[in-house]
Amino acid sequence: MMDALIAAPLLLPAFAGTASLLFWLRYRWIGAIISIASMMGLIALAIVLMAQAASGGAIAYALGDWPAPFGIVLVLDRLSALMLLLTALLGFAVAVHAALTGLDRKGWHFHPLLQFQLLGINGAFLTGDLFNLFVFFEVLLIASYGLMLHGQGAQRLSAGIQYVIVNLLGSTLFLIALGLLYGVTGTLNMADMAVRAGALPEGDQGLLRAGGLLLAVVFALKAALLPLHLWLPRTYAATAPAVATLFAIMTKVGAYAIIRTMPLIFGDAAGTFLLPSALGTMLLGFFGLLAARGLADMAAFGLIGSTATLLTAIALFDGHAMAAALYYLPHTTLTAALLFLTVDLIIRWRGVEGGAIVPTPHYKGQGWLGFQFLAAAVALVGLPPLSGFVGKLLILQAAIPSAYMVAIWAFVLGTSLLGLIGLARAGSTLFWKEDANPAIAADRPAPRALEALPAAFLLILLAALTAGAGPATAYMEATSAQVFDATGYVRSVLGPEQGGAGR
Amino acid sequence: MSIEFLVASAIGVLTMAGIYLCLRGRTFPVVLGLVMLSYAINLFLFAIGRLIVNRPPLYEKDLVEYTDPLPQALVLTAIVISFGMTALAVVLALRNFLETGTDQVDGILEADPPRPDPKARS
Repeated sequence: MMDALIAAPLLLPAFAGTASLLFWLRYRWIGAIISIASMMGLIALAIVLMAQAASGGAIAYALGDWPAPFGIVLVLDRLSALMLLLTALLGFAVAVHAALTGLDRKGWHFHPLLQFQLLGINGAFLTGDLFNLFVFFEVLLIASYGLMLHGQGAQRLSAGIQYVIVNLLGSTLFLIALGLLYGVTGTLNMADMAVRAGALPEGDQGLLRAGGLLLAVVFALKAALLPLHLWLPRTYAATAPAVATLFAIMTKVGAYAIIRTMPLIFGDAAGTFLLPSALGTMLLGFFGLLAARGLADMAAFGLIGSTATLLTAIALFDGHAMAAALYYLPHTTLTAALLFLTVDLIIRWRGVEGGAIVPTPHYKGQGWLGFQFLAAAVALVGLPPLSGFVGKLLILQAAIPSAYMVAIWAFVLGTSLLGLIGLARAGSTLFWKEDANPAIAADRPAPRALEALPAAFLLILLAALTAGAGPATAYMEATSAQVFDATGYVRSVLGPEQGGAGR
Repeated sequence: MSIEFLVASAIGVLTMAGIYLCLRGRTFPVVLGLVMLSYAINLFLFAIGRLIVNRPPLYEKDLVEYTDPLPQALVLTAIVISFGMTALAVVLALRNFLETGTDQVDGILEADPPRPDPKARS
C-alpha cells in the first residue's frame, strides 16, 4: 500500500489539472484554489515520501504490476524524494504568486498547464525507465511551451518559437541516444541497462559510450551548458518572471538526469567533457549578469551561472563533491526562484519603468523590495549568512583532491566576484539612486503587501536550509552514497538476485 | 542491394535533409526540417530491433526467430509525440508571422520583409 503512494505525485497533478480545467472561464478562482490545494498536497506527499526514502534503500513500484525489466517502474530514493519536495515547494510559491498577482487571469489555462508541468517534472524524477523519462520530458516540455507563451506578446512569441525548435531538436537527439542504447543493450530499464552495460563485449562498448554521451548532450541542453545555453537567456527573459521562477527547476531536471544516469550506467567518462563546459558556462553566466541591461536578463544569466556551479561539482563524479552539489542544488533553485519573483515584484510595483535597470523616484514598498533583492543577491553570490556560502564552501572543499582544483577555485571565486559587482551595481542603481522626476512619481500603482508573501516564503526556506545545514548535509552525504551505489539500486529494482534473464 | 543498405541510406538522407533545413533562417523550412528529422528517427528506431523480414512480432515457444515488438511500440509513441509537436510548431510559427510580420527565426526583419495584410488577420 505504501509503495503505491509513489505513484501519487503523478496522479495528484493529473487530476488537479483536469479538475481546474473544468472551471476555466467563469469560476476561475475555483481552479486557482484547486491548483494551490494540489500543490499543498504535493508538499505533504513529498515529505511523507522523503521520510520513507530516508529510512531505507530505494523502493521500486511496478506500474500495472509488470515485473521490472519488462514493465515500467517508478523508483523512489533519497535523490528523487529531495527533488519532489523541491518541485512541490517551488510550484506552491508560483501558484500562489500567480493567483495573487493576477497572472493566471492574463491568458487561458494557467493553472492546468502548471499542474501538467508538475506532472512531467515529478514523472521525470520518479521514473526508472529511459523511454519513460523521454515521455515525461515531453510532457513537461509541452506544458512549458504553454506556460512560456502565457500572456503572449510579440517578443515572447519569437523567443517561444526558438525555445520550441531547440527542444524539439533536443528530443530528436534523445531518441537517437535511446535507439543506440536499446540497440546495444536490448533494454530500456535503467537498472537492467546498468547490469548489461557492464557485461557488453568489447566491440559494443564504443556504441554504448556514444549513446551515453548523446544522452549527456541532451541533458546538458536542458541544463543550459556552454555550447547549448543560447536558448535560455532569451526564453527566460521574455517569459513572465513568475513562470521563469518555475522554470528554475527545469535546468535542474537536466542536472538530475545527469546525476541519475551517468554514475549508474556509464561511469564517470562524461566528466571530462562536463567539467570544462560547466566552468565555461559559469564564467559566461556571471559575465552575462554583469553585462545585462534588464532585470529579467540579469536573473536568467544568474540562473545559468549558478546552475553551472552546481554542474561543476557534479562533473567531479566523486562522493564528497556530489554531496556538496546536492546541498547546492536546492539552494540554487530557491535562489534563482527568489530572484525571478523579486524581479516580477519590482516590475509590478514600480509600474512605469518595466524591467530596465534605471533609477526611479521613491515608490511604496521600495524598502522591502530592496531587502528582498539584497537577500537574493547575497544567496546567489554565496556570501554569508545564507546557504550559498555553505554550498560554495562545500564545493571548494570537495574540489581539493581533484586534479582541476586550481581551475575550479579560480572560476568559482572569480565568478562570485563578478556576480557581486553586477548585482551590487544593479541594486544600487535600483534602490539607492533617486530619479527626482515627480511627474512619473504620481501615477504609480499602490503595491499590495500580500503579493510579497510567496517571495517571503522562499526566503524562509533559504534561511531554513542555512540554519539546518547540519542535518541537510548529513542527508546529502547519504544521498550521494546512494547515487554511487549502483548495485544497491539494481537490487532494489530487479530483485535481490539481480534479475535480468534477458529477452 | 541489401535491405540494411536501403534503410541505412534512407535514414542518412533524411537526416541530412533535416539538418540542412533546420539550419535555415525561416520558420517554414525549419519546421519541415524537424519533420524530416522525425521521419529519420522513426525509421532509425524501427531498425534498432534489427531488420528481420517475414517473422511474427510475438514470441511463441516453437518460434526460432521473431521480430522485436518493442521498437515498434516506441516508434508509435515517437510518431504521436512528433506529430503533436509539429502541429504546435506550425501554429506557433504562424502566430509569430502574423504578430511580428516576419518569418525569420530570430524575429529580425529582413530588408524586404513579407508583411501580412492587417485586414487579412481575421
